Amino acid sequence: MTKEYKTISQIAGPLIFVEKTEPVGYNELVNINLPDGTTKRGQVLDTSNDIVVVQVFEGTGGLNRDCGVRFTGETIKLPVSKDLLGRILSGAGEPLDGGPRIVPEDRLEITGAAINPYARLPPKDFIQTGISTIDGMNTLVRGQKLPIFSGSGLPHNEIALQIARQARVRGSNEPFAVVFAAMGITNEEAQYFMSDFERTGALERAVVFLNLADDPAVERLITPRLALTAAEYLAYEHDMHVLVILTDITNYCEALRQMGAAREEVPGRRGYPGYMYTDLASLYERAGVVKGRKGSVTQFSILSMPGDDITHPIPDLSGYITEGQIVISRELHRKGIYPPVNVLPSLSRLMNSGIGATRTREDHKAVSDQCYAAYAEGKDLRGLVAIVGKDALSERDKKFLEFADMFEDRFVRQGIDENRDIETTLSIGWELLAELPEAQLTRIDNKYIQKYHPAHKAKQE
Amino acid sequence: MKNKGEIYRISGPVVIITGLNTKMYDVVKVGKEGLMGEVIGIEGDKSTVQVYEETSGVRPGESVENTGMSLSVELGPGLLESIYDGIQRPLPVLKDKMGDFITRGVTANGLSREKEWDFVPTVKKGDKLNGGDIIGTVQETQNIEHRILVPPAISGTVSEIKKGKFKVDEVICTLADGKMLTMMQKWPVRKPRPVSKKLTPSTPLITGQRILDGLFPVAKGGTAAIPGPFGSGKTVTQQQLAKWSDTEIVVYIGCGERGNEMADVLYEFPEIKDPKTGRPLMERTVLIANTSNMPVAAREASVYTGITIAEYYRDMGYDVSLMADSTSRWAEAMREISSRLEEMPGEEGYPAYLAARLSEFYERAGKVKALSGKNGSITVIGAVSPPGGDFSEPITQNTLRIVKVFWALDAKLAQRRHFPSINWLNSYSLYTKALGPWYDEHVSPDWVNLRNDAMELLQKESELQEIVQLVGSDALPEDQQLTLEVARMIREYFLQQNAYHEVDTFCPMDKQFKLLKSIMSWGDKAHNALDGGAPIEDIMKLKSKDELAKVKYEKEFDNALGVILKSMEDEFSKLRGK
Repeated sequence: MTKEYKTISQIAGPLIFVEKTEPVGYNELVNINLPDGTTKRGQVLDTSNDIVVVQVFEGTGGLNRDCGVRFTGETIKLPVSKDLLGRILSGAGEPLDGGPRIVPEDRLEITGAAINPYARLPPKDFIQTGISTIDGMNTLVRGQKLPIFSGSGLPHNEIALQIARQARVRGSNEPFAVVFAAMGITNEEAQYFMSDFERTGALERAVVFLNLADDPAVERLITPRLALTAAEYLAYEHDMHVLVILTDITNYCEALRQMGAAREEVPGRRGYPGYMYTDLASLYERAGVVKGRKGSVTQFSILSMPGDDITHPIPDLSGYITEGQIVISRELHRKGIYPPVNVLPSLSRLMNSGIGATRTREDHKAVSDQCYAAYAEGKDLRGLVAIVGKDALSERDKKFLEFADMFEDRFVRQGIDENRDIETTLSIGWELLAELPEAQLTRIDNKYIQKYHPAHKAKQE
Repeated sequence: MKNKGEIYRISGPVVIITGLNTKMYDVVKVGKEGLMGEVIGIEGDKSTVQVYEETSGVRPGESVENTGMSLSVELGPGLLESIYDGIQRPLPVLKDKMGDFITRGVTANGLSREKEWDFVPTVKKGDKLNGGDIIGTVQETQNIEHRILVPPAISGTVSEIKKGKFKVDEVICTLADGKMLTMMQKWPVRKPRPVSKKLTPSTPLITGQRILDGLFPVAKGGTAAIPGPFGSGKTVTQQQLAKWSDTEIVVYIGCGERGNEMADVLYEFPEIKDPKTGRPLMERTVLIANTSNMPVAAREASVYTGITIAEYYRDMGYDVSLMADSTSRWAEAMREISSRLEEMPGEEGYPAYLAARLSEFYERAGKVKALSGKNGSITVIGAVSPPGGDFSEPITQNTLRIVKVFWALDAKLAQRRHFPSINWLNSYSLYTKALGPWYDEHVSPDWVNLRNDAMELLQKESELQEIVQLVGSDALPEDQQLTLEVARMIREYFLQQNAYHEVDTFCPMDKQFKLLKSIMSWGDKAHNALDGGAPIEDIMKLKSKDELAKVKYEKEFDNALGVILKSMEDEFSKLRGK
């Protein structure tokens, strides 16, 4: 039994300061016993011989200086077992579904150690999501971390769910799981996710962690770590391919800022702590494939950009860590296009290693580059047309203008349950490119034009 | 003198210790597990230590030991082909010792103590030696001869020198005063290695990247910065430079970057062949990988570890290029530690000494006459990741005050898949003048003029584009429409380069010259034809123009270009005939 201290000297926001303790370890888990008999949990943020600073996960409501503080002597751990699948847990890891407590096979530290870069395998297995703008233009591969940069009122949840439903590695039937961590989302949104999981039967191969909008903000700091620990366990101990959906990273960062302010730290950009990059990296970097282990962790986080501003610190720092981003566009959404993915600022850094002759198709990169370039040019021309009118355009420019419209209408737009395989996606791409003069297809090797261009293909057949 | 103290306070990577006699930058072993740390502040009896490993669970009262040494790297044969973390621990050794994940409390030597190297002396008994002199050689990899140097502070007369197979810590040479030399020496990373003289850079670093070599060259021994928002191709550019630069040694520092990207480098480099020697690139490369989730203090150190290794090879007389990706992560590590120390922040929370640290680092680049008398150089190419792509932020601004070459990456260009997405209007190189004579001699006396003409054309294009934005391109006079077309050809046919295309990924100077010259001469001919009354529609439709677009992908470039130039002549003379 560890000692109980009744020496709280100060309570400030989510922090308590405890005096005159025996030596306490940094990051140690703390139990705080309230006078009414309940217990709250916390973690050591700063420790010295004179004073220990503890952040309390469930919030400091109801705490007073008479509370007893017990230092457990160990860091926070998640009990894990294969029975996690199908369970719904709170943001702090307690069962919410009325089921029994998890009988642990192991208890793992939730901070997670960094994967030795030398032990990593470069991700290269193409994941087909069935969404053309992702598969064709911003390909996702196993072990990648690819967030959705969205904004309030945009259908990012629908897209995330569609991906969770449709994502497959082609020609493989390997065990697959989804770990879903909600951080500060509303009850309604959570219900939406849960009912979709139940409808599609996905719940039985999912682990759900829910920290809702009215749960304590500090708890949000551990929710994603619990989720990633569960994911790593399933991936590396049980050989599963795990897709982790973290939503919403913005709420997580708000909690981080709140903690920073409570600790009176020197704030960085827009009040977010200076270590936010490192902190976010400790989440995002927990994706990957490890040499000699069968499973993998792929991350698909949702991040709502405050004010749709991609230069805001949260999307900005995320973009520097993640391997690309899928950007949702309000403009396309207003036009009624689903999924409203703006391919121009979107990017998948691992695309090149996941596509090509042996993985998708030999012409994939060329088609994607050409579509990018043509769409970018078409969009630029829209700005010009607004000033000088369509008639002032040359014939060539008109073609590109039309291409941009068709691209949005036929390539980007698809049904919420429409699962396009990569061949379908590429042939839509070719049909659209065929509308441009052939000499303008400067990014496509002639041999692919001969083989795949609808005009030549028709001739061959 | 006490060399045992205890921990007083722990806050993340910053630990305060008491009761220990320390000097600034001493390396200390913290706690029961002996975590490695470095003293970065002393106040009264208390010293502040930044710890290079995770500190969870470490308690006040645990003991601390002072090694009395500053953070040093081991220099000697075996550096090449190595993959280190930020404090020179080999990652493969760490993997053997602690498994797939990086835990803590493990030490590992930078150089293998088991491996034997074949040492061939170049001095004999009775020779007088000074610091930095070469005493012998070791064939480190097939094409790199490792020259064993006398540590800079040591001099004397050789009383015994050996020959044969030795381990790095075995004595190979004894001096008259009894000093014993091994193939390995240690050097504190924060202290630049001495040189006898700094020289002015005068040869270009050939990178095989057209926009870099052609428009904005960096000299061997120069400094360059690549700032750009995320997704604009910084890392690809850095990796292209690491792969294709014509330096003998490459040091690549992945500082706070992505694990998957580092894995890609670790897999790719041993596969790629050096275009000059045909040997794997890895044989001339030292990789330092400290990913964003590895301890922040080691990230801060990684840049110094890298440049010290680079200096060591420079001292042997090699041209070294050092890529740091990214210096922003390094600066952020400084900021993070500074804020834990509760120092008074400067701009945007960065410490006030940010500018000083950046300039100290870049000053370690340069072309030098080493102590051994040989000439060597270090070219430093630093990536900068400005938040939101805003170049007015402190790291970009402080870097630009120091470096001579600025390659401005542009998200807009990346979005339309114009790669390398380096903006030709914002970028600059201050070496173009100094390198002029080299181009005259090695490429062509026409090169400098050709490049200036091309730059002028691109500048003109941007002016014309403003008008086009208002009135549409059809409203421009025909000769200006033609100018726009030629500028487009320069952008798409010359500046765009596909890093993933087997032929186009590397473009030698000679090919760059011929390609640009052909485009410019197409432009001249087209203008002549237009003046001679040929209709612009016909000129625009010429086949030779479209053929020029793809010639850069041809394996037999010279032949293919010859054919195109021929058909260009024919087409234009037909136009004249009409």
